[in-house]
Formats: sequence, C-alpha cells, structure tokens
Amino acid sequence: MSLVELRGISKAYGGVHAVQDVSFAIAAASTHALVGENGAGKSTLVKILTGVVSPDEGAVIVDGEPRSIGGPSAARRLGIVAMYQDPTVFEDLTVAENVFAGRSPRTRLGAVDWKAMRREASRLLEELGADFAPDAPVRGLGVADRQLIEIAKALSSSARLLIMDEPTAALSLQEVDTLFAVVRRLHERRVSVLFISHRLEEVSRIADTVTILRDGRHVETRPAAELKHGEMIRLMVGRSLDALFPKEEAEIGEPVLRAEGLTRRGVFSNISFEVRRGEIVGLAGFVGSGRTEVARCIFGIDRLDAGRLEIDGRPFTPRSPRAALRRGLAYLPEDRLRQGLIQPMSIERNVTMAVLPELAPGGIVRPRRERRLARSFMERLRIKASSPRQIVRSLSGGNQQKVVLSKWLATEPRILILDEPTHGIDVGTKADVHRTISHLAAQGLAILLISSELPEILGMADRVLVIREGRLVGELSREEATQEAIVQAAAGVAS
Amino acid sequence: MKLSPQTLAQAAFRLREAGIFIALTVAVLLFWARANNFMTIANWQDIATDVAIVAVLAVGQTMVVLTRNIDLSVGSIVGLTAYISSDTLAHHHGLPLGVVVLLAVTIGIGLGLVNGLLVTVGRIPAIIATIGTLAIFRGLLFEITNGQNVLAFQLPERFLNLAARKPVGLPFLAWIAIAIAIAGAAVLRWAPWGRDFYAVGSNPDAARYAGIPVGRRVLTAFVLSGALAGLGGFMFAARFASVDAVAGTNLEFDAVTAVVIGGVNVFGGSGTVLGAALGAVLVATIQDGFTLLKLSEFWKMFFNGTAIVVAVTIDALVTQRLQEALRRRRRAEMVAAREQGAAT
Repeated sequence: MSLVELRGISKAYGGVHAVQDVSFAIAAASTHALVGENGAGKSTLVKILTGVVSPDEGAVIVDGEPRSIGGPSAARRLGIVAMYQDPTVFEDLTVAENVFAGRSPRTRLGAVDWKAMRREASRLLEELGADFAPDAPVRGLGVADRQLIEIAKALSSSARLLIMDEPTAALSLQEVDTLFAVVRRLHERRVSVLFISHRLEEVSRIADTVTILRDGRHVETRPAAELKHGEMIRLMVGRSLDALFPKEEAEIGEPVLRAEGLTRRGVFSNISFEVRRGEIVGLAGFVGSGRTEVARCIFGIDRLDAGRLEIDGRPFTPRSPRAALRRGLAYLPEDRLRQGLIQPMSIERNVTMAVLPELAPGGIVRPRRERRLARSFMERLRIKASSPRQIVRSLSGGNQQKVVLSKWLATEPRILILDEPTHGIDVGTKADVHRTISHLAAQGLAILLISSELPEILGMADRVLVIREGRLVGELSREEATQEAIVQAAAGVAS
Repeated sequence: MKLSPQTLAQAAFRLREAGIFIALTVAVLLFWARANNFMTIANWQDIATDVAIVAVLAVGQTMVVLTRNIDLSVGSIVGLTAYISSDTLAHHHGLPLGVVVLLAVTIGIGLGLVNGLLVTVGRIPAIIATIGTLAIFRGLLFEITNGQNVLAFQLPERFLNLAARKPVGLPFLAWIAIAIAIAGAAVLRWAPWGRDFYAVGSNPDAARYAGIPVGRRVLTAFVLSGALAGLGGFMFAARFASVDAVAGTNLEFDAVTAVVIGGVNVFGGSGTVLGAALGAVLVATIQDGFTLLKLSEFWKMFFNGTAIVVAVTIDALVTQRLQEALRRRRRAEMVAAREQGAAT
C-alpha cells in the first residue's frame, strides 16, 4: 500500500487551473521526485499536501483512507512535513531549541526539560550525521546545516513524508552528497521524501520514482531508472529541446580583462586569468569556493588585498561598482531579487537605473529616451510584458532575469560577469537566456560565467577555470572540459 | 477591461489621493457646520499659512523617508534657524531679507549635513541619530537664547509685513510652499539623483550594484531636509514674529504625519511630494478646525496619532491586495503564454 496517494486533484485560482486532475501515489520509504517547469503546478500540490490550500476536486489518501487536510498542523499530525528552499529557523535560538520549536519536552512540573531536549536533539543530529552541537546558536550555520535541523525537526515530530522543495538550490556539490546520504538514511526509518528539483541529474541520482507535471496536468509517473534526461525534458516542456545550449560561433580576440594574483585574505588568493573579446570563460567550483567573492572584488563591491587588474591593457583599481561600471564592467549578481532588481518599480525604471545620467542631458531625465531604451531591450531580449511601465514584481522569474540583464547591457559593458544567471529559471527560459549570452559573446563581449550547473558551463564556456578553496586549481579548454574533469579539479581528487 | 499592473498601482495611488480628499471634505463640512468662523477667507488664509511651514518640512521629509530613513530633528532646526533669523534681524535692521533666508538655509544645510554624516559615515540608524540631534539642536537653542525671546517690536517692519502679504489672495508663505513643492516634485521626477532616492530606499543593495552612490544620495536627502527646515525656520520667524527657545517644538511630528498620511512608504522607495503636501493640508485644516471648536490639546494629538496608524494600516492592506492581484495575474499570464507556446 502506498503511503500517500493523490486522486484526481484539481485546484483553480480565479478560473485559472493551477493543477487539473492529478493522480499519483507515493510509496512508503522511497524518494519520489516531482519535476516540471515553473508554473507546472508543483507548489500547488505541495500546498495541498501540507494543508495550506484545499483542492477543489479530488482526494488525498493517506494509509488507504481519504483525508481532508485542514491545515499545516493537520498535515503534521498525518506525518506530512514540508521543508522549504530557505529553511525557516530562529537564528538566535540554539539548534536544540529549533528542533523542538513549539513542542519542547516538559518536566513533570511543566517546565522546559532542557536535558531531555538536548539529549533528543543530539541523538537525532548524530543519526543524521551532523557535526555541530545542539547548544550552538543557529546563527552562523550554513544552509546545509539548517536543512539538517529542519530534517531533525521533522523526524522529532515523527514525519513519514518529508517534502523537500528545491533543497539543493543553495548547496555545494559536497553538501548535496551529504543531503542525499541523509535522505537514504531516512528510508531506513520508513520515511518517504517528495523531492522537487530543477536539476535533473540529481533527480536521476536520488529518486526511485519520478512524476512529471506540465501546465498543471499529470504527464507521467515512472521508475526513475527508466527515464533518461532527454526524455524527462521532452515530457516536461512538451517539445524536445535540442537547442539547450545553443552556442554561437564567436571570433575570439585580444584580452580585455586580465587579472593577476588577485588576493583577498582568508577568501581567495593568487587568482590569475584573462578573458578575451568574444570569449565566454566559465568559472566553476563548489559554492563557497570563492567564485562569487572573486567577482565581487573585481566589480568593486569588496576590497582586494593584493593583485592587479587590467582592462584593455590599462590598469584598473576596483574602488566601487560605480568605478567598475565606468570602465565597462558589469556584474549580474547571483541573488537577482535582492541585489539586482527593484521589485516595485517598472521595467523601464530598472533598465535605466545604472545609466540615468546619460539619459539626462543638462540634469533632466527625458522620459521618452528612457522608454525608447527600455523598449529596445524588451525586443532584443524578448521580455514578455505588456509595456515598459509594467512593474517588475509582476513578471515571471525568467523575464525578471532578462530585465536585470538589460540593466547591465544598457551600460554598454565590454566585460560581463554573470553569477548563476539561470538559477531557479525553468528549462524553456533557460535556453532563451543561454541564447542571449551566446549572442552577446558573438557581438564581442568578454564574458565571465559563474555557474554551479556543470552542463551550463560545459555548454557555454570556451574555457573553464576551476576554483577550489580560494585557489585556481585548473584551467581546461572546451575540448578538455568534461563533467568528470571539472568535478575532480573542484573536489581536489587526483585523476 | 483588462487592468494592467501599473493601472492597478496607479489606481491604488489615486485611491490614496481620493481618500485624503474625502477626509478633507468631511472635515471641512463638519467644521463649517460647527464652527461659524471656519468658512471665512481670513481663516483659510490662516490655514494656508500654517500648511506652508509643515508642507515645506514635509517635502524634505519625503526625500529622507524615500531613502528608508527619517529626520526627527527638523522641529529643532526650525527653532534654531527661526531664532537666529529673527535675532540677526533684530540687531541688523537694514539686512536684506534674502541674506537672512540664505543664512537660515545655510545653517539648515550644516545641521542636515551633521544628520547625514551620522547616518552614512557613522552608520547610526536615522531614527536614533536624529532623535539625538533633535535634543542637541534644541539644547543649543536654549544655550543661544539664554532664556531671552526675540519680540515683534524689535524686528523691522518689512519682515513683519512679509507673512501678512497676500499676492493673488494667497499668503506669501503659502506661495513659497507651493514653489518648494513643485521644485521637490520636479527633482523626484526628472533629476537623475532625485530618482535615485526611490532606488536607494526600495533596494539599497541593488542600487549600490547599479553604481548609484548610496551614501551620497542619503546624505543629499538629509541636507535637503535640513535646508528646507532652515527655510521653514525663516518662515516660522516671519509668521510668529516673537521667537523663543521652544519655537517649532513637535513640528517634526506634523511633518512625519503629513508624509505618512500622504502615502509615502515608511520603509522607503515609494511616495510623492504631492501626496505629502496633501497630507500637510489635511493635518493643518483639522488642527485649525479643532482650535476653532476649542477642542482640547488631547483631541489634536489624538487625531494626529490616529491618522498615522490608520494611514499605515490602509497602506499595508492596499499593498497586500495589490500583491495578491498581481500574483493571480502572473499565474494567468504564464498559463496563457504557455498555451500560446504550445500552440506554435
């Protein structure tokens, strides 16, 4: 008998079907992956399972009995617990307190039983292979550790289905391995995992069964072993995506950006490389290896302690983002929602943000020029919006990413640093962003591409630099670069 | 009809303006019915003069609040510059008024610079920094006045006549406020650095990454607020003629009330000078009406306090509704786009 079964689930919001007639079953002690593009209905299903919304039609069957899940606490009583992309923890409380948040063990007198709490927490954490003490405050722990706390929390409330929504999005490759080991250990405790991820390699690695959704409908549920990536993608998007990494031929010219011995104490040291005109240089390495930090220093957000930079053969000191922009550098940050965009403002305001003075001869902004500029980028990058005045918050993730890209392109940069440009974007839009990047290189931009997704690096980069623990440990040409070679270099394993 | 997100947003703003107008109409009708000297030209000219000072402060406050900060020291700056203006005139009767204005504004700029530096270089939260300078500037004023007042008879005639002048029926001070409000609105709309205030307030990180000198913009906002408070001080002296050490106390409260009622987001990033000015008109009208009705000080303060809480609550509700509407629309659009994509 399956643990949880969905039967004919439909849910509409104001006439629009988020999910329609979805049925599949999750077996006990297994990992069930749920894949689909953004908007395919994954999050709606999660909300239904956790009781956040109730379905319009259909039934959720737990242990063979139809159940109505009235709310998150009802879901928890049935053993269904969700773990979100950004773990929700109390930073100022200790690990143990977080594990037992709201359910702390009591002594006979009704006081908090600290001893039992600590003992239980450390037992759970040990079982999960965590290497931090239950007394430590959560502040200072990374995402991976916070996830372990969430898992411990779920186990302590005897969860039987743990829903993980994009759990690996912010993890390094090593941390992903650890997480997967934990997931397998969960099966020994008869706990099932509903695994939601955009990363298909991970799905193949960890899942026993895969369910594919498209436009709110159930497309397929099959054992993971029977599904190849290509087929998964085809089922997800309803068309085959041969052109996943459409790389245009670009003429590679003279070096534009040259870095020599870049060092920021305790973060990275002695990084040297160059990026040429028309070239895409991939910067690979685990999250936390120092990739983003190098980019931030080049763009003048953080200070360099040593090293020299040259742009077009002339020395460049990255004093501030403003100075970097003036020398033709642009940096598309990893966290576009926080660092890249002003959500409540319109597309045009965002696009022109970095170039306002140029649109304002005599110190007066010309709205018409502004709109014209925004329009031209909307056409060039195929941003789907009703007008340049549309508020950025109302755009989809992929279109928001294109707005950020437009903002930087408006500065007419000659060097573009892209940090995880397709993070959290669905497959279809990803290809679109890749096409744009490749096109920009063909037009003569020098591009430094930071990415955790190896297929993206392999597909786009002319040359791959690998960083490990703040040091440059490898440089691979397009021909030499394979998934194995990069991982070996990044992990420090001799080949 | 298909409502685009920006029409929704505009509608929300119009709602806010309409709300102020409705509140204003209700207040006016009420006062008209209850206080027989309310609907008189003289009284409206009084109100206009009262609005003028608060409105000038509100324009500066709008700039500061847009950058996700607050300037609580403006009342003290008004007091300080009002005293210095009138004291200077009392001792130098022949001094051109333009020079006095310049003096007041320059002092305001200096004090605003202190606030701005505390916040940007000292990295002290604005609410703490300016509550500190509120006390410091006020203390300084006590020290300077040494318990003395400047009285009307010490001042030159032309200064005393200034506030009484009414070109085209509107008090001179109100004309100043209108000019300042127009200039402020123009800066926020057409000056690149004025536009930056919105970016800085709604997402400081993104603003910095876009090459906007965030610190300098925040400093500018505080300096402008200080400068306008200096101008406000001059206006205060012109209006009340006699100035003592408690002049302008609590004006920061009226300015913040006007800004908040006028729909400037207290978390920065959105709001207009027009809204803040309308807020100032509403506050001043109601205060005037309360005075005419001889209501106690309690009711004036009760109204101001309630107005702030209600305005912010309405804002929060409207924002929430707006976001829900946007989310629904986005989902619908995505499905539509996909269907279109599937069809081709």
